[in-house]
Amino acid sequence: MNPAAPDLKPRDAANRIVLAEQDRFLAGDIKRLSGTDLSRCYHCRSCGNGCPFIRGMDYPPNGIIRLVQYGLRRQALESHAIWICVGCHTCSVQCPMAIDIAAVMGTLRHLALEEGVVIAESNILDFHREVLHSINQYGRTHKLGIMLRYKVRVRQWFADLDVGLRMLAKRKMDLTASRVKAIDEITRLFIPDWKR
Amino acid sequence: MPGSGHHLTDLSYFPGCSLESSARESNISLMEAAGILGLNLIELEDWNCCGSSSVNILDKEIAFSLAVRNLSLAPPHRPLMAMCPRCLYHLREAHQRLVREPETLRAQERRWGRPISPDLSIIHFLEVLVRLGPARLKQGLVRNLNGLKFVPYYGCTVFRPPALRQGTYYQGELGHVLTMLGGVPLTRALTHRCCGSFLSAARADVVTPLVNEIMASAVAEGAECLVTSCAMCQLNLEIRCTLEPRLPIFHFSEILALALGAEDYEGWFTRHLVDPRPLLAARNLIA
Ligand code: SF4
Ligand code: SF4
Repeated sequence: MNPAAPDLKPRDAANRIVLAEQDRFLAGDIKRLSGTDLSRCYHCRSCGNGCPFIRGMDYPPNGIIRLVQYGLRRQALESHAIWICVGCHTCSVQCPMAIDIAAVMGTLRHLALEEGVVIAESNILDFHREVLHSINQYGRTHKLGIMLRYKVRVRQWFADLDVGLRMLAKRKMDLTASRVKAIDEITRLFIPDWKR
Repeated sequence: MPGSGHHLTDLSYFPGCSLESSARESNISLMEAAGILGLNLIELEDWNCCGSSSVNILDKEIAFSLAVRNLSLAPPHRPLMAMCPRCLYHLREAHQRLVREPETLRAQERRWGRPISPDLSIIHFLEVLVRLGPARLKQGLVRNLNGLKFVPYYGCTVFRPPALRQGTYYQGELGHVLTMLGGVPLTRALTHRCCGSFLSAARADVVTPLVNEIMASAVAEGAECLVTSCAMCQLNLEIRCTLEPRLPIFHFSEILALALGAEDYEGWFTRHLVDPRPLLAARNLIA
């Protein structure tokens, strides 16, 4: 179930990308925010060859870097790849130019959230939100609670039901959550400063 | 430091969410093994989640503060030990930032109302074992692993996230320790392939073929089981593998505790989705 191939067809007039019209500041911004100099990338593709998740991505890791270099902001921020990336750093270690590609991915995710663009992998985002919710409530992650709330969000009740039941049978998911006692120390973190 | 070897050594212990719940068997066996080795693991009082991948993705500052709260709870005079590689990474990364940014350190100390030591050492259990040294391990050996053929599976986090380039890594140590206890490591399988992390929950379709690849590589090497130091890897490899027959996947602490003579293993192994007991019985490691 790979995402559809990206719509970058240079010969098609409707899809023509005029570089002069793209975001000239994107590469500089990403470089500053991620602390990694992606202009050193010479597209050797080592990163993509190592990435375990490339089959689930619409652009390979160096493709994302190319989008940033060309200033194709929307394409980069709305890509599936930035959400599929789990930050395993396989690519960052393999890169001959010592570019921390995982940090670039992370920075793009932040911008995508900040700018409110369409999130290509909404299920993955929903899962992260449920983990955050659990930590806000208990200070720790409560797997069963996360999975149940996640299922409600994405409305996929029966996907993975067998795995869930096997985990319950083996008591891999506790019914009650393990909690931090000084929970107010935790919940305080989730309130914006100006509301505290 | 736990270097002195033969004396009871106090360590602060950060279990993390997985070892507290879904991987409780790893926690119990770790405590057991540590006790046999003369280590006194003192659970960090009222610890919270290390920050996790998800919070780091959604809000880096909350994730950072979560990690720092744990550091503020750690007594400065004893090392803080973690078992989960990801927890270790988040705790260390946060600590490095505090050392780099004195004003952030002061702000965080004010936030928690507790001092945070810039000298706190944050270490992985494998490092404790390495410092204890082979003699101490050999001395504790009760059940020789009898040539058990295992793949030491490290997952991705010992892949040196660039932020931790200066840290100590444990490349090869899983294999070294278990070799000393009589196991036979098979290192040509996919020992460092990422297990899929959180994608296992939201995109199982992407993770299953990867996990199968890892497992197939272990089978091709003739492995009888995999041994991992990461509880999340253990779970993902167990629940996402669709190949038959399924190899058992051990937490490193389970195999260690077993070799060191722990007796309450029944309760750990019944929590596995792939029952490891037939293999262990065939190897005369359990009754
Ligand atoms: S490995 Fe590094 S230099 Fe090569 S394509 Fe990837 S980011 Fe660019
Ligand atoms: S960090 Fe992301 S892009 Fe790099 S190898 Fe891992 S999943 Fe792929």
